[in-house]
Amino acid sequence: MEPLSWTGALGAVLNPVVIITVSVLAITVLAQIMAGFFAPAVTLQSNTDGTLMARGGLLGRLETALKWTFVLNLCLAVVYLLGGIILSYQGAGILGGMARRLLPVWIALIVTFAVSIRFKRGLGLYGKLFDSTVGMIGFGLVMFWVYAAILSGLFDMISTHDPLRQISGLKNKLPGVPVPEDGLFPYYLLGGDNLARDVFSRMIEGSQIVIAIAPLATVFAFMVGITVGLPAGFYGGKLDVALTFLANLILAFPVILLFYLLVTPEIVATGIPSYMAAVLFIFPIVFFGVLLNSRYYTQPAKRTPLLIVVMAVLGWLYLSLISQDGTALTFLPGWLDGFDINPGILVVFVSVVFVNAPTVFRIVRGLTMDIKTRDYVAAAQTRGEGAWYIMLWEILPNARGPLIVDFCLRIGYTTILLGTLGFFGLGLPPESPDWGSTINEGRKLLLIFVHPPLPPALALLSLVLGLNLLADGLREESLRD
Amino acid sequence: MARMIFRSLGWMVATALCLTFIVFWLTNLSPNLEKLAKTQGNARMADEEVISWLDNRGYSQPLLVKYGEWLGVLPGYVIEGSDGELRARCSTRGLTIDDAPAFCGVLQGNWGFSTVLRDDVSTIITTRLGLTGKLMFWVMMVMVPGALIMGILAGMREGSRLDRSLSTVSILTTATPEYVSGVVFIAVFATSTFGMNWFRGTATSAMDDANFNNFFLPVITIALYGMGYIARMTRASMTEVMTAQYIRTARLKGVSFRNIVLKHALRNALIAPFTVIMLQFPWLLNGVVIVETLFNYKGFGWTLVQAASNNDIELLLGVSVVSVFVVLITQLLSDIGYVFLNPRIRIS
Repeated sequence: MEPLSWTGALGAVLNPVVIITVSVLAITVLAQIMAGFFAPAVTLQSNTDGTLMARGGLLGRLETALKWTFVLNLCLAVVYLLGGIILSYQGAGILGGMARRLLPVWIALIVTFAVSIRFKRGLGLYGKLFDSTVGMIGFGLVMFWVYAAILSGLFDMISTHDPLRQISGLKNKLPGVPVPEDGLFPYYLLGGDNLARDVFSRMIEGSQIVIAIAPLATVFAFMVGITVGLPAGFYGGKLDVALTFLANLILAFPVILLFYLLVTPEIVATGIPSYMAAVLFIFPIVFFGVLLNSRYYTQPAKRTPLLIVVMAVLGWLYLSLISQDGTALTFLPGWLDGFDINPGILVVFVSVVFVNAPTVFRIVRGLTMDIKTRDYVAAAQTRGEGAWYIMLWEILPNARGPLIVDFCLRIGYTTILLGTLGFFGLGLPPESPDWGSTINEGRKLLLIFVHPPLPPALALLSLVLGLNLLADGLREESLRD
Repeated sequence: MARMIFRSLGWMVATALCLTFIVFWLTNLSPNLEKLAKTQGNARMADEEVISWLDNRGYSQPLLVKYGEWLGVLPGYVIEGSDGELRARCSTRGLTIDDAPAFCGVLQGNWGFSTVLRDDVSTIITTRLGLTGKLMFWVMMVMVPGALIMGILAGMREGSRLDRSLSTVSILTTATPEYVSGVVFIAVFATSTFGMNWFRGTATSAMDDANFNNFFLPVITIALYGMGYIARMTRASMTEVMTAQYIRTARLKGVSFRNIVLKHALRNALIAPFTVIMLQFPWLLNGVVIVETLFNYKGFGWTLVQAASNNDIELLLGVSVVSVFVVLITQLLSDIGYVFLNPRIRIS
């Protein structure tokens, strides 16, 4: 079989067109930025019949040109995608092949966007996201990887080969190389890595690890930060000084040093990460316990059963999480120990939560100090509400805007931290397909073979970019009202 | 002002003591010591031999005593080992036990000996810091002006096309960690894959002789990641200043836009970014470690990785002390600088 080219037969026709339209787009953007310095601004003119008319001038015309060239480029991209889905692998090349493999993701994305835009007025802040272009682009990028992770992880779609399978003869082969064995997917779409594994499949499978760990670790960091930050900001005084000192202590630690100190096998053997997990994971239980108790303590008939059920479930989850075979903490009998997490992933998880929690603490503390002077807090105090009720049910909901924005940014930052850990080969096993480890693996031969580390690098970049754009869109929309 | 500095200094010393103690504790945990004994002594030592090896060299003392000795506030140990040899902490550099001083810790300038790089920790750290200093200097030269110009241009006309393009660029750079941008830059500009083999993919030669060809990629890789964040802060501060009353007054009086930006807005808009730039140092340290590993530039960050991955306890401690101090001093400087730059606080 012939190796695939990047764009196949379709490219022979379309590539020259794309080169022209992309360069026109680039020139227009540059011209518009330049023109922004000296050309007169676009103004509005009111006509006698009561309508408004834009008086464009040079800037206005450039704006229109930019819009249309952008639409044209978008159309061409769609043609490539559709071409890939319709034509054969030879016909549409590597890009088309990837587009075809990703078909379930495209469908899921289109459905999500169609439904969300249709009902956006009734969906609160989430719906408002679809009013901002930046927010939509960000959301699209994030959901692309979320769907890729879910569909490849749970339904075994998208990825073309087993990410750990080595096929002899395909070591460091360039993208589009045909697979010599029968019964498998006929190509390595993005080539083979230095152990002859499929780069494309590893990139897709790697998204599962990031998508599973990063948001969850951020949630835990927020639980810790909120549970500690609310009282620090609300009570102030000695408690605040002590907690702030502790947070600054962790923040003054260079992150990489902390990782090296926590994640090395020797330290893991002493059980310190397990103890840290035991401490950090107790915060969600405390959080939910206090949350429910402060709300319902006036209705004991409702509160007591609710608390018992929630505490039992969370407590069991907590105990099975921290009790691990082969680590310092093994106390639950096997029949009660619901699940064991890969110890490497647990250590990574703990250190990421540990690094992120102090920053969340600082944000929550600052917001609390600001909000506690508001009238509705004084009103609640006059009503005789307890301190925790005020913190969790009056202050926290009113601090949600900045917290949601920071949550998005922080998932991105956690993704970067996970990549950093992988890049230094810490925590996760070396054959793991996560993006950081794959970049680390690929960089050793980077000057000779470029293709193995680039796909995971660009994947990580696009996910973090998506999260940052999403945060930007959310911030813009939440400031608007 | 003086009181504030003393207060900050007090907190700084307390933080530094706590942090160094934590690092000391983590590096002196028993599995680390066992590994040290096996790499320094004999890889096939039995457990009792490991214990006596550690006993003889003072590693089995209580943690606080060891920390005090390392710090130089407690006299160094003098132990007669189980093999009959008399060893003292301070007699390592060819000094006999009688000549050796009683105290030899970090405070006396004795940072210990690196087992991996086979040299005094203090010499290693000074040379490596010098190399990293060179890198950081150029990073700052690229990053700070670039970020400030970007932020000011974006913030002077909020919502304009220029603002939106520059903001997008700064979001893009903050979303690109060093290990991604570094890999992409090397792939594009240091190999012939894309036909743009313009720079060197390693910076090893830049340690002696840095030039544009071998130093540009590492510098731009670190600078870009920090640049976006500073630019966004500058932009935020600039847009805030541009909506202030006195700017409107100046504009109504007919001052040209150029003069408003350069003479009235700029000075006030630069106070906030100063703090951000100073607080950026700890993150830059992160980037330095990644970039020095990626480009094989044997500076401070590279030393950190070597020390940490080879269990080189004394070197790791030295590196941690220095990096913790860098972080704390920049925090102090940013506090002082903020007060100094902001006349409203300085004069009251």
